[in-house]
Amino acid sequence: MSLRCVRLGFVPLTDCAPLVIAHELGFAEEEGLSLTLEPSPSWATLRDRLALGDVDAAHMLAPVPIAHALGLGPGPAAMEALHILSLNGTIIGLSRPFAVRLRDKAPDLAFGDAPAARDALLAMGPIRLAVPFAFSMHRELIHRWLGNGPELSIRTVPPSLMSEALAAGEIDAFCVGEPWGSLAVEAGLAELILPGRAIWMAAPEKALVARAGWAGENPEVTGALLRALWRAGGWLADPARRATAADILARDAYLDRPAEILERAMTGHLAVGTDGTMRHVPDFVRFHDGAANFPWRSQAAWIGAQLARRFTLDPLASAQAAARVFRSDLYRAHLSGTGAVIPGASSRVEGALATPTAVAASEGRLILSPDAFFDGRVFDPDGHLPDL
Amino acid sequence: MSRPLSVIVVEQDRDRALLIVDALREAVDCDIHVVGAFDQLARAVRDRQPDIVLVDIADPTRDAIEDLTSLSGPQDRPVALFVDRDEDGLARQAIEAGMSAYVVDGLRPERLKPILDAAIARFQMIRRMRTELDETRRALEERKVIDRAKGILMKAKGLDEDAAYALLRKTAMDRKQRLVEVAEALVTAAGLLG
Repeated sequence: MSLRCVRLGFVPLTDCAPLVIAHELGFAEEEGLSLTLEPSPSWATLRDRLALGDVDAAHMLAPVPIAHALGLGPGPAAMEALHILSLNGTIIGLSRPFAVRLRDKAPDLAFGDAPAARDALLAMGPIRLAVPFAFSMHRELIHRWLGNGPELSIRTVPPSLMSEALAAGEIDAFCVGEPWGSLAVEAGLAELILPGRAIWMAAPEKALVARAGWAGENPEVTGALLRALWRAGGWLADPARRATAADILARDAYLDRPAEILERAMTGHLAVGTDGTMRHVPDFVRFHDGAANFPWRSQAAWIGAQLARRFTLDPLASAQAAARVFRSDLYRAHLSGTGAVIPGASSRVEGALATPTAVAASEGRLILSPDAFFDGRVFDPDGHLPDL
Repeated sequence: MSRPLSVIVVEQDRDRALLIVDALREAVDCDIHVVGAFDQLARAVRDRQPDIVLVDIADPTRDAIEDLTSLSGPQDRPVALFVDRDEDGLARQAIEAGMSAYVVDGLRPERLKPILDAAIARFQMIRRMRTELDETRRALEERKVIDRAKGILMKAKGLDEDAAYALLRKTAMDRKQRLVEVAEALVTAAGLLG
């Protein structure tokens, strides 16, 4: 049987692992696919290549297709998310001078304490914060955590230039995908204070995104691709394999960075200070467990509601338009009967679970992982999605 | 064009920046500013208010430029991208789709001018469409408020539609306010009283 060729775009970050593992370990081939993985230097370029059909689907910041559905991005590209590739995996850090000033004021601040770090940071006066893209979970998490007050000045800094911006004294803090936080620590320029997961334990970080309509026109390829990625995520779910995954990701064709640095995010053992202080963050990034790959409409609605607040759009209409971008229906159709856990519902109250909880599944046994927000508040999509 | 085109070129490689500047000078009457370090970018865009920003497609800085110059941002500007080779006609498609403008083989002067002109024209058309859309939306919202105010007056004072409208207009003129402001005040007041 000849293999169907599929071109996938990615940005070299540790969370492109499911694509790389699906290719390198043969999960794609077993599904009859030959993957070509195409690195992209920027999210804007990857989005353009996707919109123009130069790649079939892409490893993409989950808020990007939603921002476009709300008319916020440039160009007419309609996109949809077919599969959540990863939850969390971002890290928040401070420039060394700012970290020193913060320690003077809040000497007892512990790594990973989102409420205390919030109070300490907001008491510091103006903060210049960098995120990698205007439409990113990084940026939404920062707003959800620190609000949107005038003391926050948020700008876009490409991850590969984060160290340069830190060295030039241009920024005080950042939220970035790995390995860029660890690389800044390694360069002696930053200290890490909080994993993104401390703000929202189940934030959809990267999604497999395609042009709207592509999945419908190519149902067989889509099904094979989703199954291959789901199985790659399952392979990655075993912590014992994460170091091997880091070795594979370190290759020139992918991240071209030292495996030792990539391993930190992959295993959750992070060097947080330039003195080598280590912290372990269990589930720093998740690729599979607790139906992590299921594109919940309520996750999309949350992103839509956040963007609506930031750009003063109608919150209800925005949440509804956003929810349609996450194709839980296609996921359900393509992954049922494969052994994947399929939730009974497509929408849930986000942030309601502080501990692992068993819920109704139409297939398999579903234990949802904790998904709480740092302040215990929940997002109830019913207020936003009466028709879902 | 009566005044020279204001262009920002984002390029860290000095030699390549010089080649681009030469090509631009030959192609168009322009005032060029080269940004070599990322930390100068935001200020350059703010201070110079360029007609267009040029960057290599392989440069990761593109994401930051897009944030600085996007249509939803305060300093919206067109961005054009240098592409060395146009595999699969990606660049041409991008321009036709009204997305970012791609300048293929950007160092050949004769290629530059038409693409820059097209990028700027296309961008201004999209901006105009957005403005028109916003205005249409606002006009619709205002119509709704005025209709509700008319309805309130018709009911409260037993007026017909034309008389209600005339009363709103006269009040607005007397108070030197816009019609929609008077209507909004009336709708709010009726809401409070009702």
